[in-house]
Amino acid sequence: MSHSTDIVITTPSDREVVMTRVFDAPRPLVFEAFTSPELLPQWLEAPGRAMTVCEIDLRVGGAYRFVWTGPGKKDVGSYGVYRDVVAPARVVRTEAWEDWDAGEVLVTTEFEDDGPLTTVTVTAVFPSREIRDQVLAAGMKSGAETNYGRLAVLLARVQTVSV
Amino acid sequence: MTQSERLDATFAALADPTRRAILARLASGELTVTELCEPFEMSQPAISKHLKVLERAGLISRSQDAQRRPRRLESKPLVEATEWMERYRSLWEANFRRLDAVLKQLTASRKTTRRRVNSRRSR
Repeated sequence: MSHSTDIVITTPSDREVVMTRVFDAPRPLVFEAFTSPELLPQWLEAPGRAMTVCEIDLRVGGAYRFVWTGPGKKDVGSYGVYRDVVAPARVVRTEAWEDWDAGEVLVTTEFEDDGPLTTVTVTAVFPSREIRDQVLAAGMKSGAETNYGRLAVLLARVQTVSV
Repeated sequence: MTQSERLDATFAALADPTRRAILARLASGELTVTELCEPFEMSQPAISKHLKVLERAGLISRSQDAQRRPRRLESKPLVEATEWMERYRSLWEANFRRLDAVLKQLTASRKTTRRRVNSRRSR
């Protein structure tokens, strides 16, 4: 693949996370892969769990529900409502989690046409900074080792991102 | 400080280009305040203010040398901040790699279908 498949993650405000990734496929196809109940379970996994329920009513006011299941693990479920659907350019949906009273996250997914490529930008606005940090820190490794190489990588990345 | 508060302090401290430049310089070794001021077109009090923010976030510390009081990089909060982001990133990297494969398959199968339809039409 000639383009970069790096994910760019930024935190432009203390309640937001923005993630960008380029895909080697035309926009309608990428849109379909993000919104079709046949395709979504083929790639969207939760840690150690596969998507086993995928109900999607893709229209403004329509609901969706996802459940992920894994051997020896507690099921994880999320649900919400579509606020805006503009195929194949944009989907805005609310997101809440079963068994986790974290409030509602507003997720905007934008699909940008770049010829044979498609740039996807996912913006998640969390109800509070604390919730955002909990989501981002989920399962963080303990016993951080000191490593100047990784430090340099972080600094370089933070610098690029904020330009 | 809780982990969340520590991360806040780290990211707030990193949200300034001068402070990032200071950290990048300290990554290659200890430096005194005077040495740190050299490449910047900024007064020593201004630089000292940035150093205070970095110190409060635990990103730098002062060495034992009482006379020169050089500043030193403390990498633990940065490593923690990296992991915070890396965990999230690796989760999505795995998902998106699977999506790449789904898209590749889909593109190939749609092309075959289109060819079949076209050849039927030309008959």
